[in-house]
Amino acid sequence: MADSVDVNKGLPANPEKATLEGKNKFLGMFVFLAGETTMFATFFGTYLGLRSGTASGPESADLFQLPLVFIMTMILLTSSLTSVLATFAMKKNQFGKLKLWMWVTFLLGVSFLSLEIYEFVEYYEHGLGYTTSAFASSFYTLVGLHGAHVLFGLGWILLLLLRNRNAGITLTNAPKFYAFSLYWHFIDLVWVFIFTVVYLMGIGG
Amino acid sequence: MAENLDQPFKESAMNSEERRKINREQRTQVIAFAFMIGITILAFLAVGAEGIPNAFTVPFILLLALVQLILQLYYFMHLKDKDHGWPNSFMISGLVLAAPMIAALILLLGVVKY
Repeated sequence: MADSVDVNKGLPANPEKATLEGKNKFLGMFVFLAGETTMFATFFGTYLGLRSGTASGPESADLFQLPLVFIMTMILLTSSLTSVLATFAMKKNQFGKLKLWMWVTFLLGVSFLSLEIYEFVEYYEHGLGYTTSAFASSFYTLVGLHGAHVLFGLGWILLLLLRNRNAGITLTNAPKFYAFSLYWHFIDLVWVFIFTVVYLMGIGG
Repeated sequence: MAENLDQPFKESAMNSEERRKINREQRTQVIAFAFMIGITILAFLAVGAEGIPNAFTVPFILLLALVQLILQLYYFMHLKDKDHGWPNSFMISGLVLAAPMIAALILLLGVVKY
């Protein structure tokens, strides 16, 4: 095989791309993320088009709280860093560190999602139901879609961690952890635009 | 090699040169992260502070988001690395498609009122 790798000396420097399957997973992930970019663009466009249509329901400035959004943003940004540190541990063949940073990522993701659920319940109690206005439904759909992605990522990393809890770093699971980390950065990236376009522009724009 | 794909490794095959490079890269990432935290705080301050006109705030925070986009894509997602030609072309075509979609939807939904 042309792309075979010498594994006698130890873990290759880029274990996630050492095999053909790993390379394919890596490339496939980016194809998927490019598609996700366009999908999120449609949701962002819809929200921006409809955000002034509040139909005498609550407006964004009445609902959004800067401190809560700030805490959520910090949590998600930090989880992006911890998943980067996990991939560096993977390259250095430090399995314990990889697991530790991935668990930290998982816990940060859980706390983010809990805050988001709390936020939605709070808004609902302030009279913003899903069908209250065009603003309400486009807001819940955009932010909820991001939340669903976070939930999916949490399930993904939980399964990976449980299935590979004693496996060590192999050429089979390294691409999987790496693909998750790419996905997680993308989630973080979408959140950057959500907190800017939805929350900050909702309060100050 | 197919039979030992599920074998963990006792050690890393990296030589000291590669190890130094990866440690340097890790430091770069932590600095990029600190930078991202900084511009996030800046964006929140621009909105939270009194007396800054919206005409300034909105383009300013959008610009900061763009900087974050570049930092995330090129540092955390490694698009700046070598052998990332295809990922780069996929992500760029995704963004090139996304921009007119957002503009078209804002115009469609915002101008033709519901």
